[in-house]
Amino acid sequence: MKPPGTAALGFGATSRRDSWIRFPSLVGIGLAAFVVYSLFSAFLWGPLFGVGYEADGYLSPFFSPLLGVGILPAWLSPAILILWIPLGFRTTCYAFRRAYYRSYFADPPACAVGEPRAHRRYAMEARFPFILQNSHRIFLYLQFIPLTFLWIDAILALHPGSTWRLGLGNVILFTDLILLTGFSLSCNSLRHFAGGNLDCFSCTARTRARHSVWKRVTDLNGHHIGLAAWSLLGVATADLYIRLLAAGVFIDPSIRL
Amino acid sequence: MPLVHLNVFRGTPQTEGGYVGYDVPVEEGMVVLDALHWIQANEAPDLAVRWNCKAAKCGSCGCEINGKPSLACKTRMSDFGPDEAITVEPLRTFPLVRDLVTDVSWNYEVNKRITPFTPPTDGDQADWRWQQEDIERVQEFRKCIECFLCQDVCHVLRNHETDRPFVGPRFLVRTAGLEMHPIDQADRTADLKDGGVGYCNITKCCTEVCPEHIRITDNAIIPLKERVADRYYDPIQIAWRKIRGGRSGTGGGSRAGESLPVLPGGSSTGSPPSDGAGS
Amino acid sequence: MTGVPDRHPHDVLVIGAGGAGLRAAIAAAEAGADVGLVCKSLLGKAHTVMAEGGVAASLRNADDRDSWQTHFRDTMVGGKLLNNPRMAQLHAQEAPDRVNELEAWGAVFDRTRDGRILQRPFGGHSFPRLAHVGDRTGLEMIRTLQDRAVAAGIKVYMECTVTHLLTWTDRVRGAFGYWRTSGEPVVFAAKAIVLATGGIGRAFEVTSNSWELSGDGQALAYLAGAELIDMEFVQFHPTGMVWPPGVRGLLVTEAVRGEGGILRNRDGERFMWRYLPEDRRNEYAATDEEASRWVEALSAGRQTDARRPPELSTRDNVARAIYTEVKEGRGSPHGGVFLDISYLPAETVRRKLPSMYDQFKDLADVDITAGPMEVGPTTHYMMGGIRVDPETGATTRAGLFAAGEVAGGMHGANRLGGNSLSDLLVFGRRTGEAAAAEAAGQDEVPQVDPVQIRAAMDDLAAPFGSDPGDDPHRLHEELQATMQSLVGIFRTEADLHEAIGRLAGLHARWPSVRVSGGRTYNPGWGLVFELRNMLIVAEAVARSARQRTESRGAHSRIDYPDISPAWGRKNSVVRREGEKMKVTSSPLPSMPDDLRQLITSE
Repeated sequence: MKPPGTAALGFGATSRRDSWIRFPSLVGIGLAAFVVYSLFSAFLWGPLFGVGYEADGYLSPFFSPLLGVGILPAWLSPAILILWIPLGFRTTCYAFRRAYYRSYFADPPACAVGEPRAHRRYAMEARFPFILQNSHRIFLYLQFIPLTFLWIDAILALHPGSTWRLGLGNVILFTDLILLTGFSLSCNSLRHFAGGNLDCFSCTARTRARHSVWKRVTDLNGHHIGLAAWSLLGVATADLYIRLLAAGVFIDPSIRL
Repeated sequence: MPLVHLNVFRGTPQTEGGYVGYDVPVEEGMVVLDALHWIQANEAPDLAVRWNCKAAKCGSCGCEINGKPSLACKTRMSDFGPDEAITVEPLRTFPLVRDLVTDVSWNYEVNKRITPFTPPTDGDQADWRWQQEDIERVQEFRKCIECFLCQDVCHVLRNHETDRPFVGPRFLVRTAGLEMHPIDQADRTADLKDGGVGYCNITKCCTEVCPEHIRITDNAIIPLKERVADRYYDPIQIAWRKIRGGRSGTGGGSRAGESLPVLPGGSSTGSPPSDGAGS
Repeated sequence: MTGVPDRHPHDVLVIGAGGAGLRAAIAAAEAGADVGLVCKSLLGKAHTVMAEGGVAASLRNADDRDSWQTHFRDTMVGGKLLNNPRMAQLHAQEAPDRVNELEAWGAVFDRTRDGRILQRPFGGHSFPRLAHVGDRTGLEMIRTLQDRAVAAGIKVYMECTVTHLLTWTDRVRGAFGYWRTSGEPVVFAAKAIVLATGGIGRAFEVTSNSWELSGDGQALAYLAGAELIDMEFVQFHPTGMVWPPGVRGLLVTEAVRGEGGILRNRDGERFMWRYLPEDRRNEYAATDEEASRWVEALSAGRQTDARRPPELSTRDNVARAIYTEVKEGRGSPHGGVFLDISYLPAETVRRKLPSMYDQFKDLADVDITAGPMEVGPTTHYMMGGIRVDPETGATTRAGLFAAGEVAGGMHGANRLGGNSLSDLLVFGRRTGEAAAAEAAGQDEVPQVDPVQIRAAMDDLAAPFGSDPGDDPHRLHEELQATMQSLVGIFRTEADLHEAIGRLAGLHARWPSVRVSGGRTYNPGWGLVFELRNMLIVAEAVARSARQRTESRGAHSRIDYPDISPAWGRKNSVVRREGEKMKVTSSPLPSMPDDLRQLITSE
């Protein structure tokens, strides 16, 4: 066992002079804001304010694919049937883990900064419940189901009714989708399946092909944290935009053919 | 020459220890280690600081500068404001020897637990062939200069006690370099599960402080976590292996289905693979 | 501090854990000996990590025209034929096996396109010969050897300084030293001792060497009665950093020139054209155009008929050229010359020379992909050293062996780049095996002399005496200034005479140096004993340099500018007689005809 050192213990104990608390605080507030908004959107927008999740042929990404309408009781949002997949994917994502371990668990709050308490028997992701983080790959597989439907819905939104149109809503939806797809394709687990589990890249034609895929995923993976954050903002923006359309706050600027 | 105020930790395990201030004349291009040497030569000849190469190649002079684990030889005095005092203290995760020197021998002990490089026992070494692309990952890990800054900043080692030993980022990097070596045959996955990729909660502080810019978390630890997950936590792969007859799959040494990077036919005088691999 | 020191018995004790020490320890352990390994720093920090360019071995991967014979010839020619021919032969013959062995132990060398170990060209080598890992080959080697030594279960004593060798009757039988972390004394008893302590660079002001390289092994061997040879041959590496002041002397790898780096003076002139030795001019490109064709072929990884650029002349020659340019007023702003690799694509420079890129970026704020570096000569390597038997590394003192830089003979008057890493592998292994065999022939754990231990403990306590005396740092600065200004790249009788006088003065003051503080990790106290060693080797260098009245390889006498056939047949020899240093010479070992033919046939 490592002999004890001389690090000052206790929350915030550090010799750092920079404002180390800023980053975890901002991340914490940002994440909380998203969670509050998404819960609000999934369960309160409609039932409480009567604002729909569809408008003008656009479907909010929170509700795509639209399942269970008519089966579920009216007060229960259909989002519940699909939302657990992206939620699970993001909760077990390495980028989000880093963020919430720092911001909400203060374990640690920042590098070389003391924690609220020193754990005598620290086990973190080696024990329940955090050992469940290993399910990330399962959520990765599942994630491609809603992602596929999102693309279908986004393409359908180009052709509402009988005409083609290109509206600001389409632009927002596609931007969101590109970010979401980038987020999924830059996943560390995907990088592993692409080629990270190989030891020899050049051995066979198949491993060489996987190596080139792995290299692309690796390049994307370098932006994983950024894509994680921006795609979160993208989904919320798309939802909010469609809600505001549905509420009739403004009209979608668009070109129609 | 302008003077810069350095607060340097002085003390031993027996004494209380505290910060002693020194005003050091700063020349252009000076680093913190130069300032410490100036103090040694002019004010405190017995100031204890570990150093060797002065070029960030040996990893001896790790300490905490304004609270940030850093190499003293690589931290330029010009990085600080003209009136800013600079605090220099020892690596806090390890026991103090004296002043800026800590007892890092624990690192050498945990290192002994790692299964060393294990090439195949059969075949001729002259037939080994692999490409630059096969070893780029491993070469990144082998840039490690063992400064132990990552061990120092890792909160698991710094703040916690674990019920099973945690080897820390440095030795996960070493293990990754062995596990991803194209011809290594040993299987360290079980050790990794026990020795603790599970203890890492990917805060990436190790990556932030690495003076060799090794992407410790993304390139070493997370890939190892994924390999451990392949073996122990992925129901689909576990089931698949059952169906195929209990072969170990990825991440291990035997790597069923994956060929070794050796010349086909085992002729040491043979020509390189005809398909121009990896060019 | 009055008690009896801890005593650690071993079959073989290896002092120094750089490449040679580690390789010797591994060889001795594999031969069945119980091995102890002592080092002044932490394990893996030894100066071998600073070796950048590569390890020379005629693997024939980059050019199949290479052979051990060519490597032997290059080594001898580079050493101005003063090398021990048997050592140069063994070195050239065994280096490929030693490099392959490293790969089998887990080293990860850069690759050729057909998947084998890649080799790069270097000064004085006829073919691309240096197996390498970017520009951090030494780190790769030391980590590989370190891992191997740990796996072999070798007992390592880290941060432990040996200050005395212990003799008993006619043999060296032990070593005395202290733990740097506590200051407590420690005694090792051993049936055979291998010295692998490296060089002497710290005796000079501008050096690429770390604080550890204070001539410990040479001085310990000298004090124990072993002979030193060729101590006048100190290699000044042509390219060290000249700015900023804190890193003055820090090595800029020869690989920069190996990859195509061009040297220019203040006027932009590629001055190396003027300094090529007439008799070897045909080995170098004739024009800028031919030199750049050579670089292009290198980048493309194909063989070429173009000859190598003038910058790849031997180190002694390039160092003198740069020194002369600066001295004659054609230097760069900080007193060096310009070394430019920025004409190559930035990506190539970063991939081939990553640690040089970082080194200049971090330490000097210079982007070497965008502009030239400033470089100047720096004390780098000791060609001379303890006289050893070529086959076994045995010194002239029974029970004492030496390998690596601390040993003399292998490199003659000038070492080729890349030959030191192969030297320490080849002779590290040979010496380790021989030391294990020697130990096996000794039946019991050797006696250590309590009187010598008592005297050594008194020596350790002396600098804490209450009477006022010199500060070791001041003495050290004076020593460095003397060596730098009087025993540097160009030497004269008058300067050397002056240096010897000053060194004698420093020597007389040494017993009265005093330090403050306690024994725990006290660098000033440690310096005292290193200073003793440096004073010994400095005197050996100055006296040997004065004796050799010719210019050969790294030894340049302004008053004797020509090579002398008579001196070409002699090694300088230094030994202790009573309290006096005796400098003589001995005839070179004879060279068998088959080897001689390799050199004379072109």
